Amino acid sequence: MTNRERRNLRNGLLFISPWIAGFAVFTAYPLGASLYYSLCDYSVLKPPVFVGGANYQELVTDPVFWKSLYNTLYFAVCFLPLATVLAITLALLLNTGVRGMTMYRTIFFLPSLTPLVALGILWMWMLNGEYGVVNYVLNLVLNPLGLQAPIWLQSTAWSKPAIVLMSLWGVGYAVVIYLAGLQDIPKQLYEAAELDGARWLAKLRHITLPLLSPAIFFNVVMGLIGALQVFALPYVLTDGTGGPARSTLFYTMLLYNSAFRYLRMGYACAMAWLLFLIILALTLLVYRVSRKRVHYAG
Amino acid sequence: MRDSRTHAFEHASRRTARPGSHANRLSRPNALAIHALLLAGSVLFLFPLVWMMSTALKPLDQTMLMPPRWFPAPIQWENFREAVNYVPFFAYARNTLTIALLGTLGTVISSSIVAYGFSRIEWKGRDPVFLVLLATMMVPFPVTMVPLYAVFRNLHWIGTFRPLWVPAWFGASAFNVFLLRQFFLTIPRDFDDAARMDGCSEFGIYRRVVLPLSRPTLAVVALFHFMYCWNDFLGPLIYLIDQDTFTLALGLQFFQSRQGGTPWNLLMAASTLVVAPVIVLFFFTQRTFIQGIAMSGLKG
Repeated sequence: MTNRERRNLRNGLLFISPWIAGFAVFTAYPLGASLYYSLCDYSVLKPPVFVGGANYQELVTDPVFWKSLYNTLYFAVCFLPLATVLAITLALLLNTGVRGMTMYRTIFFLPSLTPLVALGILWMWMLNGEYGVVNYVLNLVLNPLGLQAPIWLQSTAWSKPAIVLMSLWGVGYAVVIYLAGLQDIPKQLYEAAELDGARWLAKLRHITLPLLSPAIFFNVVMGLIGALQVFALPYVLTDGTGGPARSTLFYTMLLYNSAFRYLRMGYACAMAWLLFLIILALTLLVYRVSRKRVHYAG
Repeated sequence: MRDSRTHAFEHASRRTARPGSHANRLSRPNALAIHALLLAGSVLFLFPLVWMMSTALKPLDQTMLMPPRWFPAPIQWENFREAVNYVPFFAYARNTLTIALLGTLGTVISSSIVAYGFSRIEWKGRDPVFLVLLATMMVPFPVTMVPLYAVFRNLHWIGTFRPLWVPAWFGASAFNVFLLRQFFLTIPRDFDDAARMDGCSEFGIYRRVVLPLSRPTLAVVALFHFMYCWNDFLGPLIYLIDQDTFTLALGLQFFQSRQGGTPWNLLMAASTLVVAPVIVLFFFTQRTFIQGIAMSGLKG
């Protein structure tokens, strides 16, 4: 090693030393400890007692665990495709060169700035069964047809769709990402396609969507990771109970309750590691499925 | 990688300068149809915020009318005065700001120092170590949540603000380190060499050359972390115990759940006060915001 190399190594390590310390204390140690706790009976008040795979065994036989996993997958499966289609549609409309594009963009973006707690309380009010404005408007249309608007958060069938609806309201963040992606597509491609007589749908299928695919892939993966960890919104809506009848008990909520309400920290760690595996597996699946379709330019 | 960063920036600035690229090609009926769709969408997206403010300004009995009263009459501004006592707004705002400012300062300083070490200095083993940093982004928070709680408990930090801001001083946000590193890679090396010739130390180059050139990206990092602290719910929920240490997000939830959510006009007034600063911040920093989101989405 030359003097220069040695000096660079020293300087490099010095510069990243805050991260090395932080990584050791806030990531590496907790990762190891959490894996160990998942094999222990642990309440944080007393030292952990090793119990082997008992937590995992209990998990897979616990109907509440399966219920929370089902709720979470239900949410992800409904929310992700709807959010993706809605965000891309809005971005396409914004990218047509209409006047006032930045104003519309701001309007779609504003709701995604709303802190989740405020968002939850606001929608609880809007979806209120008695005085909610949403049902007032819905009933104007539904009542003449002999139908009745659902009671949303009080109903086991409609509580999850209500949370999907609220989450869709925050789709503006993705719209901004898609719009940025759309604006990066070279105009010449469209001009060439038009010379060949391509119509709107053909341009969308053969130019826009393929060139937007990296942004779609990024958003879908980030959205998937976020959807599987949905917590603040259902927690606020139900004060952590996940009601009615556990219909909004999501995975991370059950995990949080196990750890901090029932002080079953070992059980919670086992849940967390299963969640990690599920996220890794699904991310890999999305990657596999999309690999042939995602087109990286240059 | 280096080039795509520069592009992201050029595009971001061009974007704001020249919105819309096919403006002249829209035929009139098409433009009208698109405006109609966008307007309908705008109404749907804005209505909840408008309804929040409308409810916030109503007397309580007017919130319970069917059909609903769209605009409050008379406008009851006192609701806001009542709401800041009902939810101890100023105490919670001070707590939130303390955490957010300490955390944001720590994030900007530590992420930029660490990013410098990962981009401007060539050292053996740098890239594998950087991969480790990227990999930490994949770890969901619930996985480390319990041991972190145990660590902070042993430090007697539970019930204080420290678990919420101290990690930010240790480059805890891998994503911010990543964002800054990508930008630092686009700064020409010649600047360093010139400064080094003048006898500048490595830290001097970081302070006097790289930091001043990176202001836009530092602003993005600061803004995102501030927003994160303002919105964070799970962190304060785990670490804060006493009511008077609560943040706005936690305090709002606490009051809503304790009251069973009946005085909707006060709850909406309190919610408006929590949302409004973010919206004001957005209007003042719109370019940084939009550019930052575009940057975060264009990685890879």
